[in-house]
Amino acid sequence: MAKKESILRPVKKIRGGANLPHLKATAEMESVVMPTPAVVKIPLSQHIGAPAKPVVKNGDKVFVGTLIGEAQGFVSANIHSSVSGTVKAVGEIVMNGLPTMCVTIESDGKMEKDPNLAPFKVEKAEDIAEAARQSGLVGLGGAGFPASVKLTPDSKKKITTLVVNGAECEPYITSDYRECIENYNDVLEGIYLIKRMLGIKRVRLCIESNKDEAIKKLYEIASDRRDKKDKIKLMRLPERYPQGAEKVIVYSATGRKIAPGKLPSDVKCIVMNITSIGTLYRFITTGMPLVSKRITVDGTAVKEPKNVIVPIGTPIRELLDFVGEIDENADKILMGGPMMGIALNDLDAVVEKRNNGITVMKETKKAPQTPCIRCGRCAAKCPMGLYPAMVEAATRKNDIEAINGLNVNACMECGCCSYMCPAKRPLVQSMRLAKAQLRREKK
Amino acid sequence: MKDMLTVSSSPHLKHPDTTSGIMLDVIIALAPAAIYGCILFGIRALLLIFTCIISAVLAEYIWCKLLKKPISIGDLSAVVTGLLLAMNLSSAVPICIAAIGSAVAIIVVKQMFGGLGFNFANPAITARIVLLVSFPSYMAEFLEPVMYDAVTSATPLVREAGAYTFNELFFGMHGGCIGETSAFLLIVGGLYLILRRVINPIIPVCFIGTVALFSLIFGENVIQQVFGGGLILGAIFMATDYTTSPTTNKGKLIFGIGCGLLTFVIRRFASLPEGVSSSILLMNILVPYINKATLTKPFGVRK
Repeated sequence: MAKKESILRPVKKIRGGANLPHLKATAEMESVVMPTPAVVKIPLSQHIGAPAKPVVKNGDKVFVGTLIGEAQGFVSANIHSSVSGTVKAVGEIVMNGLPTMCVTIESDGKMEKDPNLAPFKVEKAEDIAEAARQSGLVGLGGAGFPASVKLTPDSKKKITTLVVNGAECEPYITSDYRECIENYNDVLEGIYLIKRMLGIKRVRLCIESNKDEAIKKLYEIASDRRDKKDKIKLMRLPERYPQGAEKVIVYSATGRKIAPGKLPSDVKCIVMNITSIGTLYRFITTGMPLVSKRITVDGTAVKEPKNVIVPIGTPIRELLDFVGEIDENADKILMGGPMMGIALNDLDAVVEKRNNGITVMKETKKAPQTPCIRCGRCAAKCPMGLYPAMVEAATRKNDIEAINGLNVNACMECGCCSYMCPAKRPLVQSMRLAKAQLRREKK
Repeated sequence: MKDMLTVSSSPHLKHPDTTSGIMLDVIIALAPAAIYGCILFGIRALLLIFTCIISAVLAEYIWCKLLKKPISIGDLSAVVTGLLLAMNLSSAVPICIAAIGSAVAIIVVKQMFGGLGFNFANPAITARIVLLVSFPSYMAEFLEPVMYDAVTSATPLVREAGAYTFNELFFGMHGGCIGETSAFLLIVGGLYLILRRVINPIIPVCFIGTVALFSLIFGENVIQQVFGGGLILGAIFMATDYTTSPTTNKGKLIFGIGCGLLTFVIRRFASLPEGVSSSILLMNILVPYINKATLTKPFGVRK
């Protein structure tokens, strides 16, 4: 049985943040595999950085795991086919209002694996980054930052701590939690491998306290390891949004503060999402790149919420059809959770690598917007210590000088300010506006 | 599923607290002391409270209508202003003067500066000071409480030390303004606001603490200074007004101590019997500077 005292408590408490309802109804539901969609449209840019270059053409036969887009440059990611079938089109299509380069593949329904897939041999530090690059892995927590970049060893920046992010602080979403329960072996072996190869001293496996089942499970298995080299520590984090944000989790796990514009590596840390590690390990052992995602489909309008394993490029429409009845008053479909998710206007948009949830919300009665009453809740709850109400006032006046002094680029758009605002001011929106105004000013 | 989907900026969840909800909480917190004031001073007090509230709401309504602005009386802030002003008046004040006070609070102090969230001074306090200056004789008149045999006096503050027992002062068995007498009920209201997270305890604690500390140092009767006048009402309900108090915690600390210090100085050295309103008003003026001086650095930025 797990000894409670050897599960770590956070080094530091998060600043501000919001106490959200968790709504994790799907936590104990085993993931279901969705039937293969007839057609998938795979965008060539599902990451931060340069879009991948298509390497297939019309009529090409592809298999699950076949490379269809090649990473362009250092900050970019490979794209693989998620089904077996024939390429129908390579080109720009409009997706959720934006022109998007896509490879459209008609599935033959067989889901045949690419015969060339083979386990990847990892022998030295550089191999980990190479594995991440080949597998097309990006930050699966939602950032979509190519994983190979942060795993590439840098002689100038010594990494001492690996922070494994299993906080999953967004309401509804449980896909990382299910990864811990269903694929705990991949997660743990992946951690051990990264730790050994990169010579990382400390591992902090951080999970929010509303996922005690996962903590218990991982703890039991991890504590069976006798090998000193494989020592990892679990950390039980308090339930507070946005606990899983990169800077917040590094602060909780190590007490180190990442200044605006700096990266975790500047404080000797690497942060990796739990599902990212599991996916990387599966690629190393089986050769199967990132071609499917576990998506939590939930929300006030979903009658039977589920965790679904979905091939990347599946249209949201088909995913929702599979999940079942949607309330007739549903008026918002979010890619992601309710705090940071993007509202879709187009059901033909597809599941991407960085997705971990689709949230469908019923129409709600909106509280009236009033002028700012200067209650200060937005500033008190901002995990980055900013003053959203002042930013809003400055953007309304288009006062670039004032915006300049308010550090808006430190904002990660977690939404705590807008969530808390009793006057219902569009604070996150004005943060984005302020960032855009600054960008325009720089030109 | 609807045919037309809503597209909006994240976050898509909102906390249930609203502006009108916060104002309603303040009204609920003030209610016990206001009701007690009506019992203590009789029907006149009730009449004054209603006059002030109706006058404030009406003034806001007319202003919005005249300027073709959306009618903002639904946010209940005018009700709070009216109620607070009434609680800061003696029950002897003529009805029409109370009505004028409310209209001044809403139109001159609040709306002319831009309405809710833009006024630099607390409307109820400023209106009270305007009335004090404009109608000094009416404002200085006090009626005897109907409930107890008490000497007619402006406030226990002007009486010699020891004229009242602790219980009389704490539970409000004495004369004074309608809402300021029962420190006990005001503190209950304040605790409600703190528990509901409507107000932060820093300002009231610093304000009251500073007054108590200096009274002690200068050999005043601490109990009389703290519970006798309008300090509790001012510190809990007027000094904590969001718009006219600092946003930062450090700013709140400075503001609270400043209010306390000024109150003590006015009470002891000036010729006024009461200093709470004036000290809050003076500190209100400093709020933008306090805010600016106490802004904190973003996460991760070295000081």
